[in-house]
Amino acid sequence: MAKVAMTVNGRKVSKECEDRTLLVHFIRDNLSLTGTHVGCDTSQCGACVVHMDGKAVKSCSILAAQAAGSDILTIEGLAANGELHPVQAAFKANHGLQCGFCTPGMVMTAVDMINRYGAQLDEKTVRENLEGNICRCTGYHNIVKAILAAAEDMGAAGRQAAE
Amino acid sequence: MYATNYHRASSITDAVKQQSSSDEAKYVSGGMTLIPTMKQRLAAPSDLVDLRHIAEMKGISVNGSRVRIGAGTTHAEVATSAELKAACPAICHLASHIGDPHVRHMGTIGGSIANNDPAADYPSAMLALGATIVTNAREIPTDDFFTGLFETALEEGEIIVAVTFDAPARAAYSKFPNPASRYAMAGVFVAKRADGGVRVAVTGAGSNGVFRHAGLEDALAANWSADAAAGVDVDASDLLSDIHGSAEYRANLVKVMAKRAVAAA
Repeated sequence: MAKVAMTVNGRKVSKECEDRTLLVHFIRDNLSLTGTHVGCDTSQCGACVVHMDGKAVKSCSILAAQAAGSDILTIEGLAANGELHPVQAAFKANHGLQCGFCTPGMVMTAVDMINRYGAQLDEKTVRENLEGNICRCTGYHNIVKAILAAAEDMGAAGRQAAE
Repeated sequence: MYATNYHRASSITDAVKQQSSSDEAKYVSGGMTLIPTMKQRLAAPSDLVDLRHIAEMKGISVNGSRVRIGAGTTHAEVATSAELKAACPAICHLASHIGDPHVRHMGTIGGSIANNDPAADYPSAMLALGATIVTNAREIPTDDFFTGLFETALEEGEIIVAVTFDAPARAAYSKFPNPASRYAMAGVFVAKRADGGVRVAVTGAGSNGVFRHAGLEDALAANWSADAAAGVDVDASDLLSDIHGSAEYRANLVKVMAKRAVAAA
């Protein structure tokens, strides 16, 4: 057991956990932030995607200890002042979810790709960047629509393509 | 996952020291193979020594035609490096098709090479580019580095620090990914040096891991064209047969991927 400290959704946290504790379990069990899901447990489905130091990662494939000292953003940290984040709003408006299980990972992935591609985001790029996220309900069409709509809402044209 | 003890190394010297203090310690960098393997209890290192925060293992530099990529550089960083895109766009293209975006944010070139998965992408690039694998102890030519399935010339405790290679005159990588795992069922990296020398390396298809194909190299050195690759006989006898495809199917894939790579180079 060791103390693991990091910043989650802007809040400094420090909890005791075993070294083998996965980041996703640290977030769900130690911090009680259950929006981040465990889907496949084999690193394929992307339901567990969070941002670590500004980059989308699979929290089921990273130890909490590896993430110590980093800045984590989960689905709970997206909405500000009671208003849905533009990506969340776009998923709602475009029916980008059905059962909702994959949605937290999809939304975090969408925010990450909008951050990286900005104005260059087109349908092909969106589909390629959803490679690490599995949805068994929607058939993806409305997820893609929602991400493109959100990118437009967020003024993608004015954003700089990161990296 | 079985219990393990996590250590974060601050330098290469520190990492070696921490690794040597336990019999069953393993290095972890991005962990995109190791952590899932530990979750399945297929690996159970007593200790993990994290290399991800070692500054001297990061970064990309291009001096003239000499390219150096720090072992701790992520696939996403390789894929999007402007310097690399100018010197060797083939390796950026390769990196941009490893796994998925989330995996590319964590996984590193050093980790991929050290693991030497027979279906990983990077080993083929290293072999075709005639890269040098720089470790904390020595420099290893790639021809001596990849020794078999998940086997390399690395000694116990040795760490890959960087890879270096001369930017090729032309190069490209083409892979046929397994539709589910995205690992290569056959991936072919072709590289032509400024002096005309050609090296062709194949991943995903060999029953003993990544390998160079002499027939394709000779044909492409004589005539750098997809047609030349099409005329080469690819022997299926040393290729993998599994539920995803027979050796004969893979032999054909190797030829098709070689043609596509030459056309794209």
